[in-house]
Parts: sequence; C-alpha cells; structure tokens
Amino acid sequence: MAVNESSRVLVGVISNEILIKKIFRKVPPVIMLSLLWLLIIFVLAIFAEKLMPHDYTATNLRNRLAPPFFMGGTADHFFGTDALGRDVLSRLIHSIHTSLLVAFLGTMITAIVGTTIGFVAAHFKGWVDEVLMTLVDFQYSMPFMIMALLVIAFFGNNLILFVCLLGIQGWMRFARLSRGMALSAQNHGYAVAIKQLGATPARIYLKHILPNVSSILIVQTTLNFPQKIIVETSLSFLGLGVQPPNSSLGSMLSSGRDYLLTAWWIAIIPGIVIFCTTLCMSLIGDWARDMLDPTIEK
Amino acid sequence: MHYRYFLMKILRAVITMLLVVTFVFIVLRVTGDPAQAILSEDATEEEYQHFRKEWGLDKPLHEQYFAYLINMAKGDFGKSFRDNRDVRIIIAERLPKTIVLMSSALLFSLCIGIPLGIYSALHRNSIGDRLSMGLSVFGFSIPNFFLGILLILIFSLWLKIMPSAGSDSWLHIIMPMVTIGLGKMGSYARFTRSAVLSVLNKAYIRTAVAKGASRMRVIYRHAMPNAAIPIITIVGTSIGHIVVGGVVIENVFAWPGVGRLLVSSVATRDLALVQGVVIIVSISMVIANLLVDVMYGIVDPRIRISKKED
Repeated sequence: MAVNESSRVLVGVISNEILIKKIFRKVPPVIMLSLLWLLIIFVLAIFAEKLMPHDYTATNLRNRLAPPFFMGGTADHFFGTDALGRDVLSRLIHSIHTSLLVAFLGTMITAIVGTTIGFVAAHFKGWVDEVLMTLVDFQYSMPFMIMALLVIAFFGNNLILFVCLLGIQGWMRFARLSRGMALSAQNHGYAVAIKQLGATPARIYLKHILPNVSSILIVQTTLNFPQKIIVETSLSFLGLGVQPPNSSLGSMLSSGRDYLLTAWWIAIIPGIVIFCTTLCMSLIGDWARDMLDPTIEK
Repeated sequence: MHYRYFLMKILRAVITMLLVVTFVFIVLRVTGDPAQAILSEDATEEEYQHFRKEWGLDKPLHEQYFAYLINMAKGDFGKSFRDNRDVRIIIAERLPKTIVLMSSALLFSLCIGIPLGIYSALHRNSIGDRLSMGLSVFGFSIPNFFLGILLILIFSLWLKIMPSAGSDSWLHIIMPMVTIGLGKMGSYARFTRSAVLSVLNKAYIRTAVAKGASRMRVIYRHAMPNAAIPIITIVGTSIGHIVVGGVVIENVFAWPGVGRLLVSSVATRDLALVQGVVIIVSISMVIANLLVDVMYGIVDPRIRISKKED
C-alpha cells in the first residue's frame, strides 16, 4: 500500500518534471528573462516591509543627495539618498509595492467589471446590448486619461477613488471580448444543455462559460496590467495620483526631476524599473496571446 | 455618391459628443452644487443667484440638462476662478501651441514609422529589420514621461545642445515632438510591417510579379495602395493617444499648451477651466476621428459601398 502510494507520487513528480521541462524548452530566452525580472519585482513588492533596508520616510538632512554605491557611495545607501536624505533603495521598494498594488487592484476591477458587462450584454441582447456597446464605442473614442483628470478635479483625490478610477481604464476591451465569446458559447452544446437542466443565468455564466473562456481573459489581463502601471505612474508623475507621504514609482520620478543635474539617479532608477516592468509584462502578454492563438502566423 | 456612409459617421460623432457632455454633466451633478463647483469661493450671493438662474439650476433636472447642453453648445464654460477670465479666451490662447506640437509629433511618427515599417517588411529578418523592430518595441514600451526625462538629461544637461523647457524657438519643439512621436512611431512601424507583409502574400502580387512587373512597380503600384488602408485606420484610432501623450509631455517640457493648462487646473481644482478643456479636447478628438473616417471612406470605395448595402 505504502509502496504503491509513494511510487504513484514518484510517477506524478517525474511526469510533472517532464511537463515543466517541455514547457520551458518552448519558452524563448527573452520570456524567461522577463519572467525572472517580474519575479524579482513581485518579491520586492510583496515583502517590501521586510526588504527595505531603512525606513522609507526617515530623513537625514546631513546626508542629502548621496551618490549610489556604483558611483562612489556607501553600501549602506545602495542607491544613494534623495533631497531630504531619505534612502532611495527603500523608497524604491516602497514605491514598487504601491505601484504594483494599485495597478493590480485596478486590473482586477477592470477584469471583473468589463467581463460582467460583456456577459450582461450577451445575455440580455436587444436594447441592453445596444446601450452597453454604445458605451464601449464611447470609451474607445474618449481617452481614459482625460476622463481621469476630470474625475480627479471634481472629486479630489484619495487612494480608494484612485484605484476605482484605474478600474475604468480598459474595461471596454474586456466587455467586447467577453461579449463575443459568450455569444458564441451560448450556442455550444454544454451551455444549451445546462440551461435546459434549469441552471440560473448566473450559474451558466460563472460556472460553465467563464471557465471555458478564461484563458483569453487571462491573457487580456496580463496585457492590461502594464497599461495600468503606465497610467498610474503617469498620473502620479503629474502629481495627481498617489499622494505623499505615500510614494509611487511615478511620484518618485517626478520628485527626482528637480535634481537631474546633481543627482540624476533619483529620477532615472524608478524610470528604469517602470520601463523594464511594463516591457516584460507586455512581452509575456504578447507571447501568451500568440501561444493561445494558433491563427497568428509566426 | 454614397451619402449614407458619411451620414452614419456624422451621426455617430454627434452621439459621442453628446455622451461626452452628458458625462461631464453627471460628474458635475454628483459632486454637489455646480454653482459652488464652478464659481470661486469668494463669489457673492448675487453671483450665485445669477449663475443658478443662467444655468437653470432652480428648474427640474431635465430642463437643467438642456440648459447645460445649450451653454456647452455656445461654448460658455464659465470663468476661471484664478483670474476671473473667460475660459474660452484662456483655452484659445493655449490652443495654437498644442496644435503645433500635436501635428508635428504626428507628422514625425508617420514620416519615420511608415518608411521604417515598409523597409522592414521588404527586408524581412535582415539586420535592418531586427534593428528597426527593436527600436519600435523600445519606442512603444517606454513610458513617455520617462523618455522625456532621459532626453532632457542627455541632450539638455549633459550635451547641452537642446533647450529643456519652454517654446521660444523652433529648437524647443524637437524634444517634446520626438518624445510624443517615438511611441507612436513604434506602433506605426510594426503595424505597417505586418500590413505590407500580409499584402505581399496575396495572389495579385504573385500575378504582378509573374507578368514581369518591376520590383518597384510591384511595391508602389500593387502593394502600397492595399497596405495603406489598414494603416489609415490605425492612424485614425491613435489620435487619442497623441492627445494624451501631449497632456503628459507638455508638463515634462513646460510647453505652454492646453495639456499643461489642464493639469494645472486639475491641481488647483479650477473646475470651470477643467470642464472647458475636457469638452474641447474630446470634441476636437471626435472631429479628428470623423475626418479620418471620411478620408477612409474616400480612399477605400469598398467601405462606402458595403455600408450602403446593409
């Protein structure tokens, strides 16, 4: 019995290993590097509190604009210090934490809201569909940034509102995708069968259609996430997003702008982090989309 | 003549404009008293009464809505509370600078992106193709405000050959133009490449080659006109990105245009000004999209005809 059990586990491990090796052999090196970078960024974001070498708000006016380690600074402040003597590395880790958290929550809201709207349009059809699709068209022709600035101007700014606002960005792509997929799924045997068994619409869409279309929605989510980071950092860069004392990669870059001549690293380091992160995510998203869609010619 | 295609497009544009104004109207109502939002804090009771009457705030909501629509149609957005000047005048002062920047950025991205894409498609998998595609991936994944800062650091502070802020000479426009244009250039190049490649696989190209047409003739007479159609579409849909890029980049380079006005008025919560800029920017975008659609209908006769049939 015990032997049987362990050998089965062993077989499971081996076949998993082979599977993973197979997947890895197919993954291009660029994607591997991107995954590695994202892994580092996510670890920094999740364990930010523990990984920060200093308190990110602690000022030290006697040690202002210290150079980073690779430019003759000390290892204590690896990326140097900013205009108030705060440790740049600690602020960077905190900013990665904030930016990623805000972008992640925003992406989740977008995915849920957009997909729900798409399913609702596909389910009710008729005028509901017409109205929702008109809204989708409207959103396509109206840049999100302009809308966001309007809402921030009228409602002021706080973090919860800001996250909800980011949730609006890109919802129409999810709505259009999920509507199309739900419409075609409605004619599939499984959806018809479950409907005739008397399942409620919520059950049909959430338990049966959603799992079948989820892979495409997940790819759309990975493509939406870097856009969220760009939008969040842009707004924070303009001073209209994440507010001090909290810091985001965008606001960090913006505050380093005044010291470009004397301490360029304050602005450039968070900029590089934003650039690499969004680039890696887009590369992975594109790659995943191509993997899923065999019709795209290589 | 196929009026129906153009009529449908115009109708759509009008609906979109109406939605924009409605959206602003709703945001304005949800925040509370629009009179308080639009007028400055030290406005007198008399001014409040006058504003309420003029905007019909004492009437039922649907009448308010129509009064608001009429005010917007007249271009009456109220007065800026900072200097009590008419919002229309403030925007009109800033508009030319923005138009100059946007159009030169668009021109820059088209003039470099499309030839680059064509070159890449014709020399597929060559070093030039790899390089230009690498450049375009770089162009559209780098956040434009970071690119702007990098350019300032390199060309203004280190090499000292470019001015970093302002709009006094033609030199000032180069860096903001490149910053806004580079991202779009990347996507135009990539898109043009795939459009040309897909056309080159078509049977009529094979026919043209088979009947002995020269390489140049095949490219310019047979491939390009057909590849142009999807390219025009992508250019049309990207106008919005250029406008948004402008909002951020005008702030990076202290370019005195509408984008900078918008951000500073949001920061100071000068709501009459915000409302005016948002409506003017969105309506000009709708009009620009409409023009592209019309052009599209003229370039590709299939579009007009197929729309007429259904």
